[in-house]
Amino acid sequence: MVGKQSGQKKNRIHKKQSLSQKKNPLSDFFFYSNADLRDDAAYPFHPAEIVLEDNTAFHGVLSSWASDPVRGEIVFTTGMTGYVQTLTDPSYTGQCIVFTYPLIGNYGVPKKSDWESKKIHVQAVIVSSACIQYSHQDSITSLIEWLRGNSIPLFLCADTRALTQYIRMKGSPLGVIRHKGQGDRSLIEFYDPNKENLLQKVSLKKPQIIGNGKKTVVVVDCGVKENSIRELLSRDLRLIRVPYDYDYTKEEANGVFLSNGPGDPALAVRSVEILKKFMQQRKPIFGICLGSQLLALAASASTYKLPFGHRGQNQPCIETATQRLTVTSQNHGYAIDETTLPSQWSVSFRNLNDKSVEGIAHNSLPFFAVQFHPEACPGPTDTRYLFDRFVDLL
Amino acid sequence: MKNIPHTMLVLGSGGLRIGQAGEFDYSGSQALKALREEGVRTVLVNPNIATVQTDESMADVLYLEPLTVDRVTAIIQKENPDGLLLGFGGQTALNLGLALEEQGILTKHGITVYGTPIATIRITEDRDLFKQSLHEIGIHSPKSKAAKSVEEALRAASEIGFPVMMRSGFALGGQGSGVYATPELLKSAAAESLNAAPQILIEECLAGWKEIEYEVVRDYTGNTITVCNMENMDPLGIHTGESIVVAPSQTLNNREYHQLREIACRVADHVGIVGECNIQYALHPHTGEYRVIEMNARLSRSSALASKATGYPLAFIATKLALHKRLDELENKITKITSAFFEPALDYVVVKIPRWDTEKLRIASRTIGTEMKSVGEVMAIGRSFPEAIQKAARMVKSGSSDLASPPLPIEGSEEEIAHPTDYRLYCLYHYFQNGGTVERAYEVTKIDQWFLHEIEQIVAFEKIIQKKIGDAGVLAQAKRFGFSDKRIAQIWGKKEENIRTMRKKANIVPFVKQIDTLAGEFPASTNYLYLTYHADRHDLPAANQDAIVVLGSGPYAIGSSVEFDWCAVNTVRTLRQQNHYSILVNSNPETVSTDYDESDRLYFEELTEERVRDILDFEQPHGVILSVGGQVANNLALPLFKEQYPILGTSPLLIDQAEDRGKFSKLLKSLGIDQPRWVNASTPDNAFAFARKVGYPVLIRPSYVLSGAAMNVVYNEMELMPYLEEAQRQAGSHSVVVSEFISGAKELEIDGVARNGTIIAQAMTEHIEQAGVHSGDATIVLPPQNVYLATIKRAKEIASAIVSALHVSGPFNIQFIARENKLQVIECNVRASRSFPFVSKVANVNLIAIATHILTGREISDGSFETLELPYVGVKAPQFSYRRLKGADPVGTVEMASTGEVACIGENLEEAFIRAWHAAENTIKRKAIFVSVGGMYAKAKLLEPLRALEHHGWEIYATEGTHAYLTARGVGCYFAYKPQDALTPSLPVLLSEGTIGLVITIPDGIGHDHTTNGFLMRRLAVDHGVPLITNLQVARLLLQCITQLDGHTIPVVSWQEYTLRR
Repeated sequence: MVGKQSGQKKNRIHKKQSLSQKKNPLSDFFFYSNADLRDDAAYPFHPAEIVLEDNTAFHGVLSSWASDPVRGEIVFTTGMTGYVQTLTDPSYTGQCIVFTYPLIGNYGVPKKSDWESKKIHVQAVIVSSACIQYSHQDSITSLIEWLRGNSIPLFLCADTRALTQYIRMKGSPLGVIRHKGQGDRSLIEFYDPNKENLLQKVSLKKPQIIGNGKKTVVVVDCGVKENSIRELLSRDLRLIRVPYDYDYTKEEANGVFLSNGPGDPALAVRSVEILKKFMQQRKPIFGICLGSQLLALAASASTYKLPFGHRGQNQPCIETATQRLTVTSQNHGYAIDETTLPSQWSVSFRNLNDKSVEGIAHNSLPFFAVQFHPEACPGPTDTRYLFDRFVDLL
Repeated sequence: MKNIPHTMLVLGSGGLRIGQAGEFDYSGSQALKALREEGVRTVLVNPNIATVQTDESMADVLYLEPLTVDRVTAIIQKENPDGLLLGFGGQTALNLGLALEEQGILTKHGITVYGTPIATIRITEDRDLFKQSLHEIGIHSPKSKAAKSVEEALRAASEIGFPVMMRSGFALGGQGSGVYATPELLKSAAAESLNAAPQILIEECLAGWKEIEYEVVRDYTGNTITVCNMENMDPLGIHTGESIVVAPSQTLNNREYHQLREIACRVADHVGIVGECNIQYALHPHTGEYRVIEMNARLSRSSALASKATGYPLAFIATKLALHKRLDELENKITKITSAFFEPALDYVVVKIPRWDTEKLRIASRTIGTEMKSVGEVMAIGRSFPEAIQKAARMVKSGSSDLASPPLPIEGSEEEIAHPTDYRLYCLYHYFQNGGTVERAYEVTKIDQWFLHEIEQIVAFEKIIQKKIGDAGVLAQAKRFGFSDKRIAQIWGKKEENIRTMRKKANIVPFVKQIDTLAGEFPASTNYLYLTYHADRHDLPAANQDAIVVLGSGPYAIGSSVEFDWCAVNTVRTLRQQNHYSILVNSNPETVSTDYDESDRLYFEELTEERVRDILDFEQPHGVILSVGGQVANNLALPLFKEQYPILGTSPLLIDQAEDRGKFSKLLKSLGIDQPRWVNASTPDNAFAFARKVGYPVLIRPSYVLSGAAMNVVYNEMELMPYLEEAQRQAGSHSVVVSEFISGAKELEIDGVARNGTIIAQAMTEHIEQAGVHSGDATIVLPPQNVYLATIKRAKEIASAIVSALHVSGPFNIQFIARENKLQVIECNVRASRSFPFVSKVANVNLIAIATHILTGREISDGSFETLELPYVGVKAPQFSYRRLKGADPVGTVEMASTGEVACIGENLEEAFIRAWHAAENTIKRKAIFVSVGGMYAKAKLLEPLRALEHHGWEIYATEGTHAYLTARGVGCYFAYKPQDALTPSLPVLLSEGTIGLVITIPDGIGHDHTTNGFLMRRLAVDHGVPLITNLQVARLLLQCITQLDGHTIPVVSWQEYTLRR
């Protein structure tokens, strides 16, 4: 630790400073972790740590706009671009996200219509360095200003690679990010988002009609990413976007789309009940991510927690029927337990790395779902064709 | 088509030249490894003897033969291959493959092209076909229209929109091409061009657009990935080989990144790539519009970079895919538990900077642009952009400490950054130091503001370093910004060593991180490493105690080429055979040594004293080998020795005795060994007095430099001073000597290995050119063909005496000149020399393996290593890149100018020489020679060879003096004017009409012909692709070969067949 003020500035809340003030050149250097920390910087940071369940700590500096300790599940993503999409993905609710790529924020942050939802969902952002001097024609603000404006803590970790390796070895831990000197580590209380019904936090409150296409699809919003909506709308559909616990079985619809979402799928009891009921109508169902887990649960299979999940844009999958390989974008901590899958169902996609289930399909009925994100944003667009497949079934 | 052929013919890329360097040794070597793993018999054709791929262990059969249709056809007839790989030898191999197919040779011999099919290659190579193909799937390429009149040109331009790029399809060297902003400007330019050519091309001007590349891998069933994308810091308008390049892209958002990725996959799929390809885009910085510029359906310089940047072995995988493997059947060699079907995630940033040698090549203009001039490149890995780019700046010019230390005096003005040069990066730094703004810098450079901001931040931090002298916090941060100890010491007015001590005390050290392809997501036991200050712990512990560190050679440069990579690789391979744990350090992505499977540990790092010490401090190895990485590594001998690092081999104190020209001369004197008279140029007066005494010309030589940098022959008093200054600048704190220049002498060399001062193995070579041509540019023969036995004996005695006096343990090289049987020593290098691979392979005595045994104290089966009595002759010829270097004077001097070399073996000197000469890209298209010979001596020496040539039916064209001389002596020849005479028939006209097949211009005096006519004649020959000879001895030998071998078919004989004769 090198800051001259380290140890002196415990618990102090710093007043935000206007960006319009003359920029102190030193401020920029904070974004190379463990910076010399100065109080008069545009974005003050202070020595801080992430403490994990087993009391392991990783050092860094924390933005001053987070004065209280930040709690959540610590996960990492290996995507090298698309941080705006990642941070606005509701599936990250309750999680502190580590970007393994060390330079985040280079191209700034665009206007809201390019986001994946209306706000940032992560508990905190953990990077090696964050760029202030962004450069991009689409962008209107910097990552750091965006995070500050939304009061999202930013932790510049001295060694994000070491933290990532820890998560990979020990599994996604619960953790607390706090300024240095905030009490005894052993007294820290952790927060486990996976014990909570996160869907109510991210789902919309009242049904909503979008678009006026020929056919109608119910979109079960468990924290749906905007690009799923965009993909569906671009295929001449009318969407009824409904809350996660809304009973849509009476809606006049040609099919159901089950969205992505955060948390433990086993807690989504109500959503699964409704889905089971709808399946009796034998209409097409397409699930993504959490949606695939809900479909599996509705089919009486079970799910389990992966040690550290799959989060990145380079996850290789194989489509079992065609043996075709695809690179997919993923963000999930849970997976479908293949051994519990009823015989009428098949594994349609499989992860090439750990062989886990990445997609299921019913052998005779038009039900299918994938664990990865064909809507991309962030990530590769290789599996966008699955939207066509769904629409063709309607 | 069989999935796997019985015998695969692999085409290499020949001598290293600008635009085609050592990256094809990497790709060819990986291909051969992959083929061997699949049990395929391999036949390699590559005359580049200094490569790793031409090692005995690589291909089953090796042909050191010219890469021409004739020679390869003869090899096909003999070896009967059923498969052909042509994506691993650069454009040379690709073009040769296309020619073989066009001439029906492949069909005739039942040869299948593996990997991307020929039809696909044709599409990607043909501008129009490729555009058409892109159009079919709705993908944009630059708009362009052909015009046959000024009106058509103006119409095309208004459709496309100004500014436009005008290209004149038929002009030489891009003359007449240019960007035109208004109809008025275009009108006059088009009119002028249409006078000379029937058609011009009006194209959309993409200057200032971002330049982005993707490396795509596709298997035969259509599974496709992009392994890496890269962003050129320099926008379009600067050749990607001349650009600073980063990986992954830094300024692309998700939409742009994945849109271009998707297009890359679609195009690869549409044209039918099997294996690897590279696709280049222009991306508009404001509108986000894109254009596909080109696709290379082969391994390339970019793919080598991508391979090293990500740890994904592209060439190896591409070979397996060519053999009909699926991507998911292949293993990710780094994790060993995942497959090759994935896209690497980086948790670091990579910066490539090209290495130019403009000073050495005496190029008038240092401007960079659409043509490639760089001769090599470096790659730096860091966890922030400042860290990586400052590392790269140190790697590219050893001696430069950071961005703040430019290679030449600069002002930091706007003017300097507005015009791209090979030193623009440094100019940008100084521009910001002088208070320049990012906004203004963007306006004049069009470099994305993100890059400019990052550079500006380094500058801003330097100001903080200045203010806070001795602050440990600032020191730690400075290291994250990539500042060297040396630079911080400069700023703080301290010694470099003080900074290191302070750093170590405060525990500010770099940490070792792995390149694992998956950003830590999977456990990887990879040995591919780099150091960073953006970390707080090491990824792995130090290696075990018996580890040996080998320093590589850094970027390719004139004089430090693939031969030193061969030395490093062979050292490491020998160490591994001995069960030593080997650790290699290198910074050059175009190498085999940086393939992570070559060593037990690979540090992709700087070869600076600071960084090498960081590595040694961490690893605590048993020993360090510095003598196989050329001059860059060798220069670290003394500093590392002083800090008590365990250097293997000759004592660095004694290395200094050989490197320091003053000390070495004294040593020779004490041994009674003759040497040209010399003086230490400690003061100019000294030098002037000496020159007056011995008479001009004199030779100026700085100590501790490679390939004769700043070495010059000075012909008169007027030139002495500037050359002395230049030499002193190069030598730094080392001495500069002035010595007498011996003309008309023969040059000999001994390459060898010694143990404790006793020579164990040695090979003597003879230069064809007389002394005065740098040994790197000379034509070298093994074993000597025209040297008296007594001379050989005397040379060996001298070598023994020097080796004994220097107590050499390990490799060495001694250079002699012989005149009238009198031997003088001109140089001794106590390290492996550039000719080690040549002598090792021709004599089939691996000097590096022997040296490694000695360095590690292993026993060597004593006995003799015969290198003199060979039943064949080997000839090494230089490969020049003058065609790429517009304006450079293609004449041999004491300073090296060749970019590579080739070598061939033959039954006798003539056979070996003509093979090597052809292999160095010399093709005589017509039996007509143009001669312009200065001086009576040279004229007399060429008289009989030219007479013989006439008898063999050649037309001879000669300039005034030569014409008079020849006709007076009964040699029939046509009169030709010199270029400046502006009368016909002159050389320019004869060349443009295609009349001339060979140009011989011998300057009057040695290498001292700066006349405009001489320069123009040489330059014209090069620009027309006509072989040029400027050296009398080479000219005689070549003419002798032409007449002697006329009507004689030279058989194809493999390296194995030759060496088996022994």
